[in-house]
Parts: sequence; C-alpha cells; structure tokens
Amino acid sequence: MTTHETELKELMLASLDGDGASHRALLERLSRRLRAYYKGKLAGIGRDATEAEDLVQEAVLAIHVKRHTYDPAQPLTPWVHAIARYKLIDFLRRNRASFADVPIDEADEVMAHDDNVSAESTYDVRRLMERLPKKMRCSIEAVKLDGLSIAEAAERCGISEPGVKVNIHRGLKALAALIAQETRT
Amino acid sequence: MKTDDLVALLSTNPGLVDRSSVVRTLCVALTAGMVVALGIAFVGLGVRSDLMTTRALGFLIVKLAFAVGIVSLALVYLTRLARPGGERKTPSFLVAMPFLVIVFLAAISLWFTPSSHWDEMIVGDQWLECLLSIPIIAIVPFAISIWAVRRAAPTDLVRTGAVAGLISGGVSAMAYALHCTDDSLPFVAVWYGGTILLCTLAGAALGPRLLRW
Repeated sequence: MTTHETELKELMLASLDGDGASHRALLERLSRRLRAYYKGKLAGIGRDATEAEDLVQEAVLAIHVKRHTYDPAQPLTPWVHAIARYKLIDFLRRNRASFADVPIDEADEVMAHDDNVSAESTYDVRRLMERLPKKMRCSIEAVKLDGLSIAEAAERCGISEPGVKVNIHRGLKALAALIAQETRT
Repeated sequence: MKTDDLVALLSTNPGLVDRSSVVRTLCVALTAGMVVALGIAFVGLGVRSDLMTTRALGFLIVKLAFAVGIVSLALVYLTRLARPGGERKTPSFLVAMPFLVIVFLAAISLWFTPSSHWDEMIVGDQWLECLLSIPIIAIVPFAISIWAVRRAAPTDLVRTGAVAGLISGGVSAMAYALHCTDDSLPFVAVWYGGTILLCTLAGAALGPRLLRW
C-alpha cells in the first residue's frame, strides 16, 4: 500500500465525517494528481492539454457530489481512478472523439504524478450559477461562498434548514451537468 | 475559474455524509418494486384459485425460490456495481447460478418423462401470458431501481443496467408466480428464465442512456 493511499484515505474518512479542512486537503491533493493524470492521457491521444483543467474540475466536482458512494472497507485509489477514467471517457464521447484510443490503465496511475500548475478552466462557475433556480443559487452562495451556517442561510433564502441542504446538493449536481454541457465543443 | 477556487467552494461547510446511503437506497427501491409488482399481480391478474393444494403450493415454492435466488444475487451485484470501480471485483458467472440450477432440474424432469409429454411440459397452457406478463410487470420495478442506481455512481453502465433489468425481472417473476398455473420445471426454465433474461438484455441496452452522470 502506497503512502498516498494511506494518507488520502485518512483524509477521505475525516471528510466523510464532515471535517471541512480534511475535505479541502483531500480535494487539493487529488486535483494535483488528477491534473497530471489527465494531461498525460490527453497528450497520449493527441489532444490539447488545456482541456485537462476542465476535466480536473469535473472530476473534483464528481468526487465531491458522489463521495457517499465510497465504501470505507475498500482502498481509495481504485475509487478515484474509476471516477477519473469514467469522466475522461464521458468527456471524449461528448466531444465525439474516439475513446477506443484510451488504453486500459492501472488504478495506481491516477496517483502516480503530481502537477500543481493550475490553470483557468474554460468556463466560469459564477456565470453558470446564474442559470440555477433561485433557491439553489441562494443556498450555494450563502453556505459555500459566503461561509454562512445552514441556519443563517435558511433565514437569508427564506427556506427551511433541510431545504438548504437539499438545494445545495441538487444545485451542485445541476452545476456539474451545466459544466458538462459547457465543455461540449 | 481556478481549480483552487472550486475546491474552496466545495469544502466550505461540506456536511456529514451518510456512508450507508447506497445500500439503503437500493433496498428501499427493491422493496418498493416488490410492493408494486405484487399489487399489479393481485389486482390485475389475481391469485391462482387452487393455491392451497399441495401440488400448487409446491410449484409456487419452486418458482419463488428461483426468483428469490435471482433477486438476492442481483442485489449483491447491484450494491457493488453502483459504486465507481465496483465492476472490477465482480465476476459475472455467479449471477447465472439460479439459471443453471433451473435448467439442470428441468433437464432431469424431462429425462424421467416420456418424450410425448415434452410439448405440454415446455409450452404449458399460458406461455403467451407469461411471456407478456413478466416483462410488463417488470417495468415499474425497473424504473425504481434505475432511480436508485442514479443516486449512486456506476462506472460500467451496460453491466449495471443489465443487473437492474435482472433484478426487476426477478421481482416481476415472484409476483407473477402467484397467478401462474403452469406447473412444470421445463416451463419455469424456458418462460420464467427466458423472460427474465429478456429483462436483463433490455436493461443492458438502456443502461448507458439512463444511468449517465
């Protein structure tokens, strides 16, 4: 078992328990690994590496929204790899590229390299967020951007506390779908 | 947008995550599918009138055992396939076991019967009704299991769709068995097995469209 696996799994378990700092550290470290992975994959099939940043953000968003599907009894690396690869194939299919060219890879590959040269993605999340329904937008802005508590956000948006949670969850999913639409060429 | 900004956005107040939600959602979906299927069988078709005779009860148990075997195996597979990468540690052959067992039993039962009776044993009285009922009753349970799987994150959409079809076919066969009066092992093997297989193929074909996330 690699050190990455051990450390990242610890972060993942803490993040599932609601620890924001661990969640942030996890997503930061994973995004660097994912960047190196996607740059390598896209270069391997002769595509522009600038598209890698869009993919990194799609995968990070997917890891966040789908983190309840991680089974703590299993290692983390294959789970991350399966999401990363699924998003790569989905991206290529959306862009009408042949995904038959993507060679089968080992799960460890997704953790193999680190790349912290972050770039801007081709879309603007703030602008995409304006297309979300009002309650979703208000809930995400209040809790995720302005750092309010759920109770404060409920008051600001005029909905119940469980309503805020549901709207954040649905809003992030809708946002992921909008990003997918946006990156279709 | 910078990836760091996205990470910051996602990790502000991330909230607790319920680790058992995948399995629980699938179990709820299965239960709901069963209730609907039984409802359709009771109201739409009616329970067979000779249910309390020993022979009818015996065959009902055989049919239910076949369907329950399929449903339980398929549920185990679905809880794995619904998670990213779940297909890696999931060999497919086990799920074929109930089919192999029923075909084997059907072959034995044909072996001990003169071949002049084979036609009525295999074709039965109500083969057309069985052929239509099981896939039709399976539609709602299929829709419910697709809803449940979509809340998770399958990465092999063909196989996940197939298993969702299999589980709904199994649920549907359980319900239909209460009505069906064709009591022979070859009939169960051909018409129950065949229609459940049909549901599986339909699920495999629909999976990539319905399960994308």
